[in-house]
Amino acid sequence: MASNALAAGSARTRASAALFRRPWLRATLLLSAPGAWFVLIYLAALVLLFVSALWSVESFTGKLEHTWTLENFETLVKVPAYRTVALRTIGIAAAVTVTDALLAVPFAFYAARVAPRRVSSFLFVAVLIPLWSSYLVRVFAWRLILAHDGILNWTLEEVGFGSVNIGYSNWAMWIVFSYIWLPFMILPVWAAIERVPSSYLEASADLGARGWRTFRSVLFPLIVPGIAAGAIFTFSLTLGDFITPTLVGGAGSQLIGNVVYQNVGVANNIPFAAAFAVVPVIVMGLFLLLARRLGAFEAL
Amino acid sequence: MIGRGRATRIMLVVWAVLIMLFLFVPIAIIILYAFNPSNVQSWSLDGLSTKWFSSTWHNAEMRQALWLSVRAGLFSTAIAMALGSMAAFAVHRFRFFGREAVSFLLVLPIALPGIITGMALNSFISFNGVNFSLITIVIGHATFCIVTVYNNVLARLRRTQSSLVEASMDLGADGWQTFRFVTWPMIATALVAGGLLAFALSFDEIVVTTFTAGTQSTLPIWIFGNIRLGQQLPQVNVVVLFVILLSVIPVTLAQRLTRDTGVLRAGTPVAPAAPAATQAGAAA
Repeated sequence: MASNALAAGSARTRASAALFRRPWLRATLLLSAPGAWFVLIYLAALVLLFVSALWSVESFTGKLEHTWTLENFETLVKVPAYRTVALRTIGIAAAVTVTDALLAVPFAFYAARVAPRRVSSFLFVAVLIPLWSSYLVRVFAWRLILAHDGILNWTLEEVGFGSVNIGYSNWAMWIVFSYIWLPFMILPVWAAIERVPSSYLEASADLGARGWRTFRSVLFPLIVPGIAAGAIFTFSLTLGDFITPTLVGGAGSQLIGNVVYQNVGVANNIPFAAAFAVVPVIVMGLFLLLARRLGAFEAL
Repeated sequence: MIGRGRATRIMLVVWAVLIMLFLFVPIAIIILYAFNPSNVQSWSLDGLSTKWFSSTWHNAEMRQALWLSVRAGLFSTAIAMALGSMAAFAVHRFRFFGREAVSFLLVLPIALPGIITGMALNSFISFNGVNFSLITIVIGHATFCIVTVYNNVLARLRRTQSSLVEASMDLGADGWQTFRFVTWPMIATALVAGGLLAFALSFDEIVVTTFTAGTQSTLPIWIFGNIRLGQQLPQVNVVVLFVILLSVIPVTLAQRLTRDTGVLRAGTPVAPAAPAATQAGAAA
């Protein structure tokens, strides 16, 4: 019995020794499953998507035709409605990014450098909770708030301002996107402010700079990478969204995401949807290049 | 010095309070709406009541959607835990050609706008003539959940000393024993935390799911459909309350399990450069 156990043990030992001596074999074994999953499913799907942007759909039967054409991209450029949608999407994404940066910087400065330790750790969890709680639910909350008979108008009436009509509009989209992505901006900015050595700010004060001057000339340049890192999230997430425009946007609030969604689901024109989906990918690519110049990748 | 003046401090405190209100008032309002006794969703509420809770629980469509979401979440979490930790081990232990590409590839499904991942999978599924089913939902979810497990396990591995493994092998343990008694206790909590986050991510996801579910309804799709059509809103409000609770609980647990690595802060659900962030978290 003892010898059996020893034999079994030694077989196992031999196997593990063999593996231990061949790191490439272990690496291959470990990577084979996740690698296969990503290459065979995800990358294949992405490649197919971008290839299909160059295909067309037979308008009569709705069948996919595998002939090469640039027709989809021509439609994109030539039809003014699509240009408007693309520009609107980029405009809203930019507005949301600027708004979130303005909201986040003073807050993150307070949380990182002014607040007592206990307050600061409380704020940290308080920023994390909305970040991870349901996206759909938070958009729905704003739909109820901004509705004509919602709490916003009720409050304005009570105070005596009279009601406003911003539900189902681009204004509503701007507010809701800024709300939903705000934590994504706060966290990298917070981290960036935390990393600035106190001695820099003290030196600036010693040299006679007042608070605003120190902020503008010392602190701000040092936290630009953090802001750029946050901007990657706020920008990219807005570019690909179709839920928020559907729930709180109005008649003139279509974004790229909505057009793509309709072309996949309703019109069943995958080639055109794929061509339009290339737009946010290119915009994001350019944005990432800019962000890298600003040092965003070191700040993440 | 900046931030030391009395007026500046007061302004900063006021700003912080306003941001907190901005973040939490909408969540508080949506929680209150779950107790709205009326069919009409206007403010103010005529008192609070739990009268919609039981009809929501007995709503057959809702139950079906919930059950589908739970199954999709469990299966995708299981796949993500297996594949994510395998990738983390490979990247941590070995230097090989294309090592950087692994992190990049894993984070791609959440770095690219969800609509692109969703569309790509949608056309791939129909191209291959596969019918939409639970399996297609799980394929989509697992693809973007892998990175949360990967980030958590990798962050933990980077904080542990590889000499422990070498010592174990030197003392005569075989590969399995070393894994069971040395490596496993080190990574277990990080793996569980990654799994919890993966489940939370899967349970909430709507964009990719819209494209991989076909005509099936997961819970978020059921909620979205009803909001859009203005149907069954009292029940939607009640479901929403539980969705908030269900997403906050796993995240709070995960945060407790990974205090050391701080990966929750960096490995956000949609972090384009999460691997770099993980390094920063591990170095801190």
